[in-house]
Order: sequence, then C-alpha cells, then structure tokens
Amino acid sequence: MNAPLIYALTGAALFVFGVTGLMLQAHLLRKILAFNVMGSGIFLVLVGLAQRTGIPDPVPQAMVLTGIVVAIAATALALALARQLLDQSGEMRLPEEEAGKDKLDV
Amino acid sequence: MFDPIPWLILSPLIWATLAFVQGPGRGGRLAVAGVALQLALAATLAQQIIAGGARVYAVGGWGAPLGIDLAADGLSAVMLLLTQAVALPLAFYARAYFAAHAAPLRYFWPLTGYLLAAMNALFLSADVFNIYVTLELLGLAAVGLVAVAGGAGPVSAAMRYLLATLLGSGAYLLGVALLYGVYGSVSLAALAPLIAADAPTAVSLAAALMLLGLMLKTALFPFHFWLPPAHGNAPAPVSALLSALVIKASFYLILRLWFDLFAPIASVTAAQFLGALGAGAVIWGSLLALRQTHLKMLVAYSTVAQVGYLFLIFPLATGAAAEVAASAWQGGALQAVAHGLAKAAMFAAAGAMIAATGRDEIAGLAGVATRLPLTLFTFVLAGMTIMGLPPSGGFSAKWLLLGAALASGQWWWIVVMLAGGLLSAAYVFKVLRQAFLPAEEAAHFKPLPRTLEWPAFLLALASLLLGLWASEMLNLLGAA
Amino acid sequence: MKALLNIAVLSLTGALGLVLAWSILDLPASAVRLPEQVTAQLDMSGVAHPVTAVLLNFRGYDTLLEIAVLLLALLGMLALPRQASGSKPRPVPASPMLQTLARLLTPLMVLVAGYVLWAGAHRPGGAFQAGAVLAGAGVLLHLAGLLPAWATPGRALRAGLATGLLVFIAVAATLMTQGTLLQYPPGWAGALILVIEASLTLSLGLILAGLYLVLADSKVQA
Repeated sequence: MNAPLIYALTGAALFVFGVTGLMLQAHLLRKILAFNVMGSGIFLVLVGLAQRTGIPDPVPQAMVLTGIVVAIAATALALALARQLLDQSGEMRLPEEEAGKDKLDV
Repeated sequence: MFDPIPWLILSPLIWATLAFVQGPGRGGRLAVAGVALQLALAATLAQQIIAGGARVYAVGGWGAPLGIDLAADGLSAVMLLLTQAVALPLAFYARAYFAAHAAPLRYFWPLTGYLLAAMNALFLSADVFNIYVTLELLGLAAVGLVAVAGGAGPVSAAMRYLLATLLGSGAYLLGVALLYGVYGSVSLAALAPLIAADAPTAVSLAAALMLLGLMLKTALFPFHFWLPPAHGNAPAPVSALLSALVIKASFYLILRLWFDLFAPIASVTAAQFLGALGAGAVIWGSLLALRQTHLKMLVAYSTVAQVGYLFLIFPLATGAAAEVAASAWQGGALQAVAHGLAKAAMFAAAGAMIAATGRDEIAGLAGVATRLPLTLFTFVLAGMTIMGLPPSGGFSAKWLLLGAALASGQWWWIVVMLAGGLLSAAYVFKVLRQAFLPAEEAAHFKPLPRTLEWPAFLLALASLLLGLWASEMLNLLGAA
Repeated sequence: MKALLNIAVLSLTGALGLVLAWSILDLPASAVRLPEQVTAQLDMSGVAHPVTAVLLNFRGYDTLLEIAVLLLALLGMLALPRQASGSKPRPVPASPMLQTLARLLTPLMVLVAGYVLWAGAHRPGGAFQAGAVLAGAGVLLHLAGLLPAWATPGRALRAGLATGLLVFIAVAATLMTQGTLLQYPPGWAGALILVIEASLTLSLGLILAGLYLVLADSKVQA
C-alpha cells in the first residue's frame, strides 16, 4: 500500500463519519460540520485514488478546488438558514416532524 | 447552422445575473423574455434532433475526456422542452401572484433564472463531474426559493431540504470519485464503453452511491420526508416549479445512468427493488394525500405518489424483450412530462384558490365552483392526468406502462397502478366535493386577475392534449 | 425508537465503510490517462500551471458554473427575509490597536492578492486564492469596526458581485463566434484567462466577504 491509497482510505473513513453525523446529530451546527467532514472525505478519495500510481493528476485536483468552492457556498447558505431558525425559534435544531403529518394514525 | 445548445444554458445565466443587479423584486419582464427565448431555442434543438439525430458539443473545443462535452438526444430535448414550456406560463403566473398577493418577492427572479440554468445545463451535460456542479446549482437555487417566503415553516422546510440535497449530492460525488479512480475519466462517452459486466466492485459501489443520492433528490419513497414540507410551504409558483421540474432532473439522471452508463451491471433484482420502492411511493403517497387537511400538502403528497409511477420503468424495461422495454421506457418518459404539466397546473390552481379564499385548508374551499370556475376546471383537467383518465397524457403514460406489465407478465405492477389510480381519484374528488359545496355566508372571495388563472389553465390543457400529441413526443424521444 | 434508529444508521454506514475500503484496495489500473493529455496540451492552454489550465481552460465550463453557485449562495442568503433588527447595522467599536493593524494590513493584503492572481499562471495561486485574501481583508475591516455589515447591498455593490460571472460569460459567448463556447483562439488564451481571472478576483473577494458580512448583520448579534 502506498501513500495515496492511505489518503483514499482516510477519505473513505471521513465520508462514513460525515454521513453518520449528518444523519444522527440533531444540532444544526454539528450537521453542517458533518457535511464538511463528508465533503473532505470525498475530496481525499478523489485525489488519492487518482494518483495511486504515483503520478500527480491535475484534473482531480482542479475538480476538488471546484468542489471546495461549492461546499463553501452550501455551507454559507446552510449557516444563514440555521441562523434564521435560531432567530425565529431560539433553537439550533430542526423541529420534530409535526405529529400525524407523515403518519397514518392521525 | 445556428446551435441552440450553449444558448440554452447562457440565456438563463445572463438574465438571472442581470435581474440580480437590477435589485430585489425586479427582473420579471427580463425573465419572461428570457424564458420565451429559451422555449424557441428548445424547439429549434428538437427540430434539429428530429432531422439530424443526437448532437455532441465540445465546450472549449477540446472534446472528452480532456474537456467537457455537452450532448443532446431525444430524451434531453423532451426534458428541455418540458422545462421551458412549464416555466413560461409559470413566469406570467408568478408575476400576477406576487402582484396580487403582496407576498415578498425579493430575489425570486434571479433564483428562478439560476434554477432554469441548472436544469438546462443538467439535461445537456455528458460529464458526470459537470453534472455534479449542475446538481448543486439546482439544489441551492431550489432551497433558496423555498426559503424566500420566510417564517419558521418555510425556513425549517428549506433547511431539511438543503441537508437532504447535500447528502444526496455527496453520495453522488463519491460515486464520481470512485469512477474516476477506476477508469481515469468522468466523461459519459469515455466511461460507457469501459464499463462491462465484470467491472470491479468499486464500479458497482459507485453506481449504488450515485443512484441512492439521486433517489434522495427525487424524493422516492422512503426518501420523500423532505418533499411535502418543502413543496407545501413554498409560495405557489415555487411549489409548481419544484414539483413539476426539479425532481424530474434527478430522475432524468437516474434514467441516463441506469439505461446508458450502468446498463451492463444493472441487475433484474435491483430493478425489481426500485420498482418496489416506486410501488411503495404510489400507495403510501396516495394514502397520505387522502389524509391531508391542507390543499397544498395534498398536492405535495400527490407528487410523492406520482414519482412512484416513474420508477416502474426499471422492473418493466430491465431484462425484458426490446418491444416491452421500449413501451415501458416511453410510458415512463410520457409520465414524467404529463405529471410535469399537470402538477404545475395543479399547484398554480391551488395557489389561485388559496389567494382568493385566503385559506389554505381544504375545508375553506366551499363555493370555489361558482366563484372560480376556470381555476376549478383547471384543477379537474390536471386531476384527469393525475388519475390517468383518457384522453389525458397521464392516461397514455399509464396505458403504456400497463401494456408493458401485461406483456412481461408482471401482474403485480398492474395491481399497484390500479390501486394508485383509484386512490388518486379519491383525493382529487375530496377537493372537488368541497369546492362544489355552497359558499359559507361569511366567506369572502378576493377577485383574481386573469393572469393568475389562465396560465394554470393552459398548463392543464397541455397535459390533457399531450395524450393526443403523444406520438409526436415519442417520435422526438426515439430520435437518436 | 431513537436507539434503534441510531443502531440501524451506524450499522449501515459501517457496512458502507467496509465495502468502500475493500473496493478501494481492489482497483485495477485506470484505462484513460488524463495527466499525459494535460501535459501534452499544456502549451496550448495559455498558462504554465497544469491545475490552472484545467480550471480555466480544459474544464473552464465547470468553473463558470461554480462561480454561479457561489453567487447563488449569496443570493439565497440575501433573499432570506430578515427581521427588522431595530438598529442600523453599525460596526462594533474595536480597540485602536486592532484598527491600526487593520489599516496597515489591508493594503498589504490587496498587494498579496494581486501577486497570488498573477502567480496563478505558473505556480499555485489564481483567482480563488486571491479572492479569498481580499475577502479576508474585508472581514478584518469589519471586525475592526471599519466596514459596516451588508444588510442590503446597493446597486454598485451588486454590480461588483456580478462582474466576475458576467465577464466570464461575455468572454465565453464572444469566443463562440470563432468556435465553440469557451474555445480560446491560439495565442489569445493567456491574455483572456488573465482578464477573466482579474474580474473573478474582484467578484470572488466581494462574494466571499459577503458570505460573512451578510450573516454578520443579524438580530442575534446586536
């Protein structure tokens, strides 16, 4: 196993941590952080796998730069929405589904 | 020869950006002109494809795999036409809606422009990483539009939608990363010949991740949790755009990936599983639509149900005889278009009813039949497509799907479709029954401008006439 | 119920992680070799740094859409209805030490941004990095109480935010008269990329600063 593959495996682990956090954490800041951990994991897999032969590949590096900018944009919008929720409900978490909305036993 | 492909993407980008510079609340006229131009461009492209077959456009002149290719075939032309044909009446409708409603308009037009740019770019892209960028553009524009109304309900719906869509595109992007790792390219044209039945595990995993991410974005049962609050809480023109078009974009990608890119590794078991989820969506979504007390939530759950029909393509067309597969495929595409037109009409009509009565509850609809006959007629016509009654486009679509199910002997999908049809009739009539009751004494109806009623009617009429034009559409769909 | 959900999610993601790791360790050599193609075409791209060549030339269309994504995020934030905060967004007074430091550093940061922009043609750098430095200057000025938050950007500011994307689109569309979208004519690529990058630096600096300065104006902070 060479260094790029270790990056890729680390990325895979980060992706799994991020997805788990995104689904299980209730606090919105933690969800947003988990999304960023997930994103970093994907970027590591992308760059790590592409240069596993030892030759650096500029194409995935450029893709990761694009991905980072997209992640910044999404993070900023998520933070703005979270802040609105905080202003309105005083809580940094999504309200529970209203009872009965998605259940048959209303 | 004039090439409409790049202009279909540039036009909305340009008018959206100019509308942003103009400022909050501005840009309506620009948007109408831009979408009208795009409709002409999409029609030109459709004609070119019928005459000359599928097209490839190399951005930057490099060509795949070094550069990014755009590609247009019959299916992308159909989706492009649907997008602009739904967006144009909705643009007129939105101008009237925001004028009559005094609802906060703010940056509605630029957000809509970026939404359309993302859809057009997505339908034209032939590069899986470029598709990821268009997906993010689409997701953020849609979330911004849901939140535009403000208030705790829409903002938390937008947040839930944002998290779901980000998780979906994350899974998709990891799939892209694995594909690049295995083959060293992200171009659909370069990847397709490389993927064979004996592809390494990483490719199957990539396919699963990409499809799961897109299913989450399409709100396929049981990933539909984000859709009803987002579509039910947004202003009516936004709900119409999202329900009619946005979920179709990710569905279009699932079709492309399943039948083009991953066809060699697509198994019958996986197809039956997708079909089962679709069946679950049809039944569950219809049952919940029937139980809603608020008009827009009913229409939103109806979308959950109608998305289910789309996924019946997979079990009917995978591993089946060519003729059966073609019929299933055509039925599915027709269902996507018919539902797009009908659902846009239905949400627009619902918005008009709510604007007139000032109430969102179905219970408040009494008297609509006498006061808003055109809008109620719109709802009925759209309901015919949703139920699948002849001669609507929804009927032709479900007929083709039923035919495919019969021909391949998969009777269980027929049961699902018939049950779904009955349930959808039940929830449409639930609204109609209330609308035909005499108005309450205290009820006060606000007069509506005609531009709030006619665009919805035209959309509903188009969904009905689609049944008669089906052969033209299928002709375009088959052009390769 | 909650515990059951946690266990279900954890076992699913755990299984995903194992399959992911296993498939990563089990990869064949890739069939398409893009690094060689990038190297072969680098002379034609107008820049000497391969990543910049991919970003602005070979896959410049991705970058065009990505600028739209960034502008869209700011737009989405501005489109959110804000509650009347009662008081005008006023810079928070900071210590004179910080203010002096910010006044000293800002011109230097603009200089650094200019250098990073220029360096992008042949070494790591470019419009995004330069824009990020500019945005950093904006945030620093705000924290020092020298720059107010952007509750409602005026027309000039909106034009500045949109300039980068509009210039990019204008160049891309103009090039269509000679070939396809974003097809740089040989010999002109370097100059056109510099024009795009320069306008992107300005707009990216404003947008990235905006992502902070729009949020900085909120009821909660006051």
